[in-house]
Order: sequence, then structure tokens, then C-alpha cells
Amino acid sequence: MASRTASKDIITLRGSAAIVSEFFGTARGQGGERTAAHRASDRILYNRAVYPEESFTKVKKYGLTMLLTQDEGVKTFIASLTSQLSEWLEAGKLQRIVLVIMSKATNEVLERWNFNIVTDAEVVEKGAIKEKSDKEIMREIQAIMRQIASCITYLPCLDEPCVFDVLAYTDTDVDAPGTWVESDAKLISNPQMVKLHSFDTKIHKVDTLVSYKKDDWDEEE
Amino acid sequence: MDAGSHSISSEKSRAAAPRPPLQEAGSRPYMPSLSTGSRNPSAKCYGDRFIPDRSAMDMDMAHYLLTEPRKDKENAAGVVASPSKEAYRRLLAEKLLNNRTRILAFRNKPPEPENVSFAEAASSNLQAKPAKQRRHIPQSAERTLDAPELVDDYYLNLLDWGSNNVLSIALGDTVYLWDASSGSTSELVTVDEDSGPITSVSWAPDGRHIAVGLNSSDVQLWDTSSNRLLRTLRGVHEARVGSLAWNNSILTTGSMDGKIVNNDVRIRNHVVQTYEGHSQEVCGLKWSGSGQQLASGGNDNLLHIWDVSMASSMPSAGRNQWLHRLEDHTAAVKALAWCPFQSNLLATGGGGSDRCIKFWNTHTGACLNSVDTGSQVCALLWNKNERELLSSHGFTQNQLTLWKYPSMVKMAELTGHTSRVLFMAQSPDGCTVASAAADETLRFWNVFGAPEAPKPAAKASHTGMFNSFNHIR
Repeated sequence: MASRTASKDIITLRGSAAIVSEFFGTARGQGGERTAAHRASDRILYNRAVYPEESFTKVKKYGLTMLLTQDEGVKTFIASLTSQLSEWLEAGKLQRIVLVIMSKATNEVLERWNFNIVTDAEVVEKGAIKEKSDKEIMREIQAIMRQIASCITYLPCLDEPCVFDVLAYTDTDVDAPGTWVESDAKLISNPQMVKLHSFDTKIHKVDTLVSYKKDDWDEEE
Repeated sequence: MDAGSHSISSEKSRAAAPRPPLQEAGSRPYMPSLSTGSRNPSAKCYGDRFIPDRSAMDMDMAHYLLTEPRKDKENAAGVVASPSKEAYRRLLAEKLLNNRTRILAFRNKPPEPENVSFAEAASSNLQAKPAKQRRHIPQSAERTLDAPELVDDYYLNLLDWGSNNVLSIALGDTVYLWDASSGSTSELVTVDEDSGPITSVSWAPDGRHIAVGLNSSDVQLWDTSSNRLLRTLRGVHEARVGSLAWNNSILTTGSMDGKIVNNDVRIRNHVVQTYEGHSQEVCGLKWSGSGQQLASGGNDNLLHIWDVSMASSMPSAGRNQWLHRLEDHTAAVKALAWCPFQSNLLATGGGGSDRCIKFWNTHTGACLNSVDTGSQVCALLWNKNERELLSSHGFTQNQLTLWKYPSMVKMAELTGHTSRVLFMAQSPDGCTVASAAADETLRFWNVFGAPEAPKPAAKASHTGMFNSFNHIR
């Protein structure tokens, strides 16, 4: 992040990785102020009521109401997860982050929040530096956050207790620490999909897409 | 747009097909062209959604994302059709996917949400205030007192509970006072056989004075603190006085002669106004909480609403006009109750051949609701603390029925009386109801529950305001 503060418009691979991991849910201990800005994971968990409303605090920042989970377990989970994710991001080996919401009772996957990450190979290989203003990236990210917030208007109601998990799609040659295990894709059969906004740091391009279980009621249509 | 994007992406993926996998590490992954439009037209995605970020759209990726789950869908369908085909596909997918991607999940799973039951959590989320606890309504009388010689006459009003927490009941020729705080009984007065029996009792708002209506058409005013007869109102009526109602210093009397008279008990010529509208005995008489309107019910099946502002102050000025004459009841209207939380709402109950509780907007005269109770309605009381109404009935159950207002769902039926429950009175705190029945018992029911703690204070200040308001008038 230090490199970004030198000049606002220059972005390094490290800085870009930090932005992306911040967007998803920042590792604990990284710059306090900024971490509050984006927490797509918190926002999703709040909006989809996976955790009770009381376990979130609202923080008003950058013209958006941020929601931060106060659940220590969730915090620790997201933080330790994200620290690994940013490592992979810096190596350009993270292809996708998926937040999966499952039924607590049946483990059936009800929603998948896809964050597809495309890394500029040139930057990873040659250490090139790209230019894009911080402001512009933030604007793109905020647009996504707003879209996530508005998703409840069309997502089906989650009327049962739910749990969530995070999947990381990486290149095959990554070093996965022992804290990570191979997982299946946890796909939804016959899903509905809605693509949300993207953001691009010029190094990492992140596409957001939510897929969800189609309501049975719609089948006849 | 969709068709366009489709053709573009299929073209691209076909062009990309010869590329070896993992051509550019870290760049866009190679997409195996398992499902292109030309090979599998059914897999085409006709999205109906507006995709708002056309500029940032990556057609290749979008196509991949859109078609990937389609394959899954087909897989799901294929399971039924051919397991071997499905296995092949899975193998293929594994091969292709494993060449480029590992799917990893964190070993430690996030904590499960603590909510024990989702419904509970949801409801607590929705309403910050915890759901109101259901009140237990005792099904039996808390206390039963003997009431010998209670006159079994539907048209009389022989029970009242004063603001001093003393209950007055007329048994034959005698008025008894029962102090609810101490449980002690005292006799107020026994009238002569000529003027008896007593046909009505009513406490003045001060809780000290009591009006006693007699069969002889006289009305006596008693001071209960000194057990002294203050005055007798004579010559007001030509027949027994079966109903009484106080409006500050105005004592309104209703009689078998069909007349309703406002008596100002402070002045010598006490007759202030006369309301003539009933052709038969007036058996129900109640002032509204504001003291603006008087409801009267008669044996002629009529309900009248009289408005203070319409009354001429000159007794000689002739007939006063009623505000509303309501003819919906098909039997005598004795049970009257003004709603404590909605000033222009009146509940009325009809006699044996009517059996209905009706609700009225007394400003407009509109009947808001009518419920057939299946039995003679002898008395009605509103709960002061909740939106509930209590009715007392005659044949066949002789019960008290608690209704939820406005849904009029029966909340409880209190049985115990063995004959029709003629009179009901509510304690000053609104919790307890006394009922006197033709079985010559007086029963106390804890039917309305205790008021919420902060409410009485608010109420007190409210009534205080009203009092001053009335005094100004």
C-alpha cells in the first residue's frame, strides 16, 4: 500500500492485490481506515441474513453505509482466509473467490457469489506498473457494493438457517498451506445468474456474479 | 444483444480451441469449448436481464459463466438418462478443470450462526420489541359473594364500582357498599317498601356521592362518607328510574316513562334538560368519556346519541333533538359502553331477540360492525388497558365473553353464573370485573389483567388534562 501512497495513480501488483483482498474482506491488521471501506463478504452475509442483524455494526464511510461483522468467529475466519488470498493474488495465482451460502440443515447450496479474478500476466512476470487512479477504482468498487445491497430485491428469500463457506479457485501449482483443503465446486444445479459490475485495477480485473437456486415456482414459466 | 454476444463468444471459443491449456499463466484461463452454440443450441442462454455494465463486460467470460452451469443442468438431467455418460462428463470435467484450477476451501469453517431457530431470529430481527406475553385469563371467578334478593330485572342497573374502589349493589330495598380494598360490607340505606325496590345505583365521579333511583320515580342523592341523604329529586319522572349516568355535576336519569332528564344536582331547580325520544323504558344510559355525548338505549329497541352542544339550555324550550337515532337493534338496548381509546366509538348490546353487539361511530351514526353473540347481551365493558371488550350474557351459557377488538375473536368465555349475568362493573384500576347475576351471586373476575407499569402514570396525566378541560367548559 505504501507504493500507492507515493503517487495515487500508480499501481503495483502488491497494491492491486491489497485492493482486491480489501474488496472481499481485509486481513486483520492491515490499514484500519481503508479496511472498513469494502467488505463484500460482510455485506453479503448481512444482506442475506446469514448472521443475525445484531452481529453487525454500521459504519458510514465514503457515502456508503458499511456493515462490519462483530462476530469474532466470522471475523477471524475472513481475516485468516483473506491473508492467504492476498498472497495468492500477489503471485497472480488466484482465479476466483466464491462465497457459498448453504442450507444449514441440508447443506444444499443456495447461493454462490462469484468473484472472478483475471490477473494481468505481464505484471506478474515482468513486474510492470500500471496507472489507474485510486478514486476511479473506488468508484467501481462502490458500484458493486451498491449492487450487492440491492440484490435482495430479486434474490429468493433464504427462509431457513444458512451457513457460508469460501472457495478459492487457484492455479494448480500453488502452495496450499495445511489450513486449506481441496473442495468440490459446490455448484448449484439449474441456477439463475445475475452479473454485477466489475472493477479493474488494470492488474486484477474482478467480475462479480451471483448465481442462486431457481425458485421452484418459476419452473413452469 | 444476447444473440450477438453468443455468436461472438462462440466464435472466439472456437478460435481459441486449438490453443493448448495453460497457455498464459495468470491470464484468462483457457476455456474448453464443450458447449458452443453450433454444437448445442439448446444451451443458448436467453437472459432477460438488463446487464448494466456493458463497458466492463467480458463477453468471453460471460459466455463461459453462462454456459458452465448449463452443463451442470444437463448433467443433472443426464443422471437419470445415463449414469455412464454422467461419469464420463465428470471425468472429462475433472481432467480439464484440474489441469487449470484447484478449488480450495479453508479447513476451519466459519462459525455457524447462533440462532437456535430461524423463525425466532427472524422475528427478533423484525421487531425490536419482544412479542407481548400472552396474558393468562383465569377461567373461574376470583371471588364469589352472595347477593340475596337481587332483583332479576333486565331493565335495571343495580351495580356500580366507584372511583373510591367501593362497590355499590342494590339488593331489594337496600343499597350495600362493599369496600374492595378492605373487603368490608356496609349498608347505606334501606328504602321504604312503598318507594322500593331500588331500580338503579350510580356513583358520582368523585367516588363519594351516590345516586339511587327508586321504583317510586324518586332519585336520592347520598353522601357515603357520612351516610347522609343529601337530597331527593322528586317529580322528575312519572315511573321508576332504571338508569342513571353522571357527567360531572349533571346527573342524568332515565325512566320507564321514556324520558331522560339532565339534573344539575348543585342547583335548586335541578332539571336542566329533558331528552324525549324513547317511547318505552330507558334502560341504558352512558356518557362518553369527553362528556360531549350521551348514549341512551330503550326497551323500544332504539339507541339514541345526544350531543351536549345540540341541547337547548332552556328546559321549557321543548324537545331536544337527538344527534342520531339508531334503529338497528331488534330488542331492548341496555348494554352500552364507550370505547376508552377511541372517543367516538360506542359498543351496544341487544336483548334476547337481538343478541348482537354493534359498534357505532357516534359522529356519523354509522354502524361499524355487528356480531351475533347467540345470547342476550346484558352488559358490556371495555378493557381500559387492552383493546378488548367484555360482554355478559343470559340464556343459555350465562357466561362472560372476552372479545378481541376489532377482530372480535373470542379470547375467553368465563362461566360460573347459573343464571343471566345482569350487571357488570369494572374496578377503578380496570383489572377486575364484578358481575352480578340472577343466581343472586356477585362474582369477581380477574379478566382484564394488570396494566403495564408505565401506563397508569400516562393515563393519570391524561385524565387530569381532561378534567381541567371539562372544568373550563
